[in-house]
Amino acid sequence: MKEFRILEIRQSVYADNDRQADALRQELRQKGVFLLNLMSSPGAGKTTVLMRTIEALRDRFQIGVMEADIDSDVDARTIAGSGAKVIQLHTGGMCHLDAGMTREGLEGLQTDGIDLAILENVGNLVCPAEFDTGASKNAMILSVPEGDDKPLKYPLMFSVCDVVLINKIDVMPYFDFDLDKCREYIHRRNPNAVILPVCAKTGEGIKEWTDWLAEEAQQWRG
Amino acid sequence: MHELGVVFHIMNSLEKTAAENEVTVISKVVLELGEVSTVIESYLQNCWKWAAKKRELFSQAELVVETLPAITYCETCKETYPTVKYGKICPHCNSPDTWLLQGNEFMIKEIEVY
Repeated sequence: MKEFRILEIRQSVYADNDRQADALRQELRQKGVFLLNLMSSPGAGKTTVLMRTIEALRDRFQIGVMEADIDSDVDARTIAGSGAKVIQLHTGGMCHLDAGMTREGLEGLQTDGIDLAILENVGNLVCPAEFDTGASKNAMILSVPEGDDKPLKYPLMFSVCDVVLINKIDVMPYFDFDLDKCREYIHRRNPNAVILPVCAKTGEGIKEWTDWLAEEAQQWRG
Repeated sequence: MHELGVVFHIMNSLEKTAAENEVTVISKVVLELGEVSTVIESYLQNCWKWAAKKRELFSQAELVVETLPAITYCETCKETYPTVKYGKICPHCNSPDTWLLQGNEFMIKEIEVY
């Protein structure tokens, strides 16, 4: 029988992905592409917020969208109606996108001429938070019906986000959602998170959100 | 689903390590898994068995998971306590000013190779 030996690895499972993500982020900066990673649970309103965002910014930015889903092209069809360049990514059953998949997606989207790329991540509050996609900024949407306690239940997601949109504020009167409490819970995990209440359906708060995004994208592109 | 994704990550990363070290067979992979790392060991084992059959390098590889207990540190009273039992609030002084000292790890510790 052959001799075996032990190789010490001592490396985080996420280390390899983190390296790939940093490399991608650097390349995007050089190319002048701002990449937003948009996350939320299923049904929080990612696609509707995205439609509003494209409407507000399409005159100022060349926008490209990557729709990541386990299956179907429902969201990509919706976004295509907005006039933005869009590509559907299928994760093949996986619950999140990693840096390698994001890179492939960007290649498929062809970023030449695009200055604002948006990745609509798989609807999920757990796994996407653990894998750095290489995005310039991370955003997540928490919708009112989900409840104000979600930052306590999914701490990692809230701690990796630069901005949190509280969506569907038009239905606030029908739910026991305490906005102040929610802010406190988010800031407990992430004191630097920008929190913006919006309603994608009525357009309330969308200006504040798209102003934030435009400012970040412009800064990134230098 | 999540566990399958991380299994692929581990295997991809170890395939690189194996190539660098001219390894052709991995017989054991030892992971360190924090108690609150959001990865479930039994799911991980099932995903590992499924994925290992599809990759030559791992076809004989046993997965060993060493669990690290979650410990929280309290900034107010400088004591530590078990995270899973008490959560965010310190059981010694009721302070919420606490942080996770250990328990979020997800490390590839070592591999046994031929």
